[in-house]
Amino acid sequence: MSQLQVSTTVNGDPVEFLCEPDESLMDVLRDRLGLTGTKEGCGSGDCGACSVTVDGRLVCSCLVLGAEAQGREIGTIEGMAKGEQLHTLQKKFLEHAALQCGICTPGILVAAEALLKENPDPTETEVRYWLAGNLCRCTGYDKIIRAVMDAATEMRGA
Amino acid sequence: MPLDTQHENQIRDFKVVGTRPVRPDGLDKVTGRARYGADMSLPGMIFGEIVRSTHAHAKIISIDTSAAEALPGVHAVITRADFPAQQAGMIDTLDHCMADAEVLYDGHAVAAVAASSKSLARRAAALVKVKYEALPHVTDVDAAAATGAPLVKMGIESNIVDTHEFGHGDVEKGFAEADVIVERTFTTEATHQGYIEPHACVANMGGDGVADIWCCTQGHFMVRNTCAAIMGMSASQLRVTASEIGGGFGGKTCVYIEPTALALSKKAGRPVKIVMSRQDVFLASGPTASSSIDVKIGARKDGTLVAGLATLRYQGGAWGGSLVNMGAMAAFACYDIPNVKAVGHDILANRPKLAAYRAPSAPMAAFAIESAMTEMCEKLEVDPLDFRLKNCARAGTKSSYGPTYGEIGLEATLQAAKDHPHWSAPLPEGQGRGVACGFWFNFGGQTSSSLNINEDGTVGLSVGTPDIGGSRAAMCQMAAEALGIPYEKVRAIVADTASLGYNDVTDGSRTTFASGLAVINSANQAVERLCERAAQTWDIPVEAVEWKDGAAHPAGANAGNFAPLTLAEIAADSGSTGGPISGHSEINADGAGVSFGTHICDAEVDQETGRTTITRYTVIQDAGKAIHPDYVEGQFQGGAVQGIGWALNEEYIYGEDGRLQNAGFLDYRIPVASDLPMIDTQILEIPNPGHPYGVRGVGETPIVPPLATVAHAIKGSCGQRMTSIPMSPPKVLAALKGRTA
Ligand code: FES
Ligand code: FES
Repeated sequence: MSQLQVSTTVNGDPVEFLCEPDESLMDVLRDRLGLTGTKEGCGSGDCGACSVTVDGRLVCSCLVLGAEAQGREIGTIEGMAKGEQLHTLQKKFLEHAALQCGICTPGILVAAEALLKENPDPTETEVRYWLAGNLCRCTGYDKIIRAVMDAATEMRGA
Repeated sequence: MPLDTQHENQIRDFKVVGTRPVRPDGLDKVTGRARYGADMSLPGMIFGEIVRSTHAHAKIISIDTSAAEALPGVHAVITRADFPAQQAGMIDTLDHCMADAEVLYDGHAVAAVAASSKSLARRAAALVKVKYEALPHVTDVDAAAATGAPLVKMGIESNIVDTHEFGHGDVEKGFAEADVIVERTFTTEATHQGYIEPHACVANMGGDGVADIWCCTQGHFMVRNTCAAIMGMSASQLRVTASEIGGGFGGKTCVYIEPTALALSKKAGRPVKIVMSRQDVFLASGPTASSSIDVKIGARKDGTLVAGLATLRYQGGAWGGSLVNMGAMAAFACYDIPNVKAVGHDILANRPKLAAYRAPSAPMAAFAIESAMTEMCEKLEVDPLDFRLKNCARAGTKSSYGPTYGEIGLEATLQAAKDHPHWSAPLPEGQGRGVACGFWFNFGGQTSSSLNINEDGTVGLSVGTPDIGGSRAAMCQMAAEALGIPYEKVRAIVADTASLGYNDVTDGSRTTFASGLAVINSANQAVERLCERAAQTWDIPVEAVEWKDGAAHPAGANAGNFAPLTLAEIAADSGSTGGPISGHSEINADGAGVSFGTHICDAEVDQETGRTTITRYTVIQDAGKAIHPDYVEGQFQGGAVQGIGWALNEEYIYGEDGRLQNAGFLDYRIPVASDLPMIDTQILEIPNPGHPYGVRGVGETPIVPPLATVAHAIKGSCGQRMTSIPMSPPKVLAALKGRTA
């Protein structure tokens, strides 16, 4: 299969890569660009571990083709902290112990950031429904919901 | 350490233990830097793919690999013939990883390929042609146990392969004394551990036969020993490094793909990475046993239990080992019953080989027994907590599985449940409230750790038990506590198999207990050596030196008048006082403390759809001592939610053809955030005398009570007594309409 050449932006950096026409954005990020913070839990859009943003929109990168990144801006977990400065959500996840194994964490952080951009003052129910596409098998979600609500409060105050 | 060893200082002022510091691996895990099983790449690495059976049971007539081998970019194709002949102990293990003469379940591996890209590997796998002769199959536990059932594999005479019995007293006599008897049959379907990270590994074998494996596992020493035995290697030729692990819950305590990756790497002469798809994870890893359980209990009019009898039938796949023995042991463990018997039958079925799942086998048994107890309460018209308080096991009770209990916390959790605001809160119209308890043994086991005092006064700690949910934080806390230094000074790593002595797998809630014990021992040994250096510096006998608050002090006035030497000061001089200072511990930890929990649940059943919504949930459990309370609460919450998923939705669904119908997260539905309320927790601390800080394991018990707790709440909400798990909407609806689902 002949490969496609794609020019895109990942976490603000200009990036070029070759990929197969049927290769997912998740595989491109992980296998070709070395950005393994984006996780694969299912490859079928059911777990949210591969969550990234494309032009600011939250997507499952396993359901997007690498070729679709052409001319877009991709955001991944690796771009969330600014240098040494963690994002408020990242800090709150640590403070609230909102991760156990941590495999769902990058996807949930990316999804939660997208939520707070759209709705800076979500109710608990809104957080729960927004994150319903992100599976976590370890925590029972309690501490995750608390961390997101707490981050929202702090971000509104700042 | 003998069981009766009593540790001093259990109730003491802890400085670090019991606090809630940020975990040492936290930053890596919120920034995407942490490397899990599938995140490793090596130069020259190629990709493996496994070819799997499409039959529930069939004889393999032939495997034609020629087309796959001819595809450019394919470096190796293997079948069972590429593995060396096995010794008896390893045959079943390898059979499950790669079929021999017959396939025993849908998804059973029959061949594997390795190619230069993932897509090429997939294409090559599709080119492997396998000819089968279909054989009769059976996947249901009761059907497999019935006379005349199809035999699960060739060469056996019955699918019932083992029977275990526990108990004491005379149950016939007990039932004769009973005024009220409850007798029922319960069934539970198999569930999967559902860790979000699929199994993944990279194996790299050189031409000299020396190899490395990187993989996500709960026990890298187990992976080394198993793979080395299968491949005919010595342990020293194979080094296994445990990656970060994205959930296990017992499901990563055995090998699935590692021997295959090693065999492919050997044949290809290249590093080989295998990552299971989610479909493969469901088809060929995990799951739990499915079960069918008959329960009979008898009580006097005054509410005293006099007899309990349970017959448990568990199927755990085509190789036996359904762990029904643990179910039979755990069944009546919460009760003090004079006449009690539990019999467990281990039954084969054409399904994947069971793997442990959090308190393996106990949730099904507890569902049956606790549901029967609740029904007994209804018949006697007594409060379910008062009934349990009257009949619960206490210190001195002879347990239903043999040992006599020491200090245990069941009564305390029941009392705490009674006092909890949840129990007395008014129940909204249409909702029901349930309560049930649960038990787990907890394990110790072989453990080794090593602790190095660095010259700058910081500490490097090596443990051999993978960190599946924040255990590194707890290890650092225990080391800091024992050394008397701040938490931030200690850094823990999970060391590879070449760096430490053997460590059993992380299971049975043993890590904080056993690895913690080894860490404390290591720290204590380092303290002895630090005291020796101080004694040497002061030129006094070492007995005259004592360690407190992170420094050596002269013990009493007679020892001399020296200013204390801190750990950092002794460490800085270590080069000139005798060299590096470290501490080690190699133990076979005994004295794990059993743990009990009581759960309360409110639920509402939608009369039109049969869907159950959990509206409030409370977990109360004895932790012995909570080293890091956040992670203890997290274990309570996570375990309870897994139990709720098991109770309400999760199940393996096999078709008439013996093939799995729902091998994906869309059709095997685990709880999502919008399904749940906050999960309230209450940690009780009844110290385990077998651990210096009083630790009991905490991770297993929380999955045990939810099945019966939720069933009780459903009964309260809609009046239906559900005896079959999962209590999914179609089943509840059928019960409401008075028919079978
Ligand atoms: S990997 Fe994309 S949703 Fe699961
Ligand atoms: S922390 Fe393990 S899956 Fe969420």
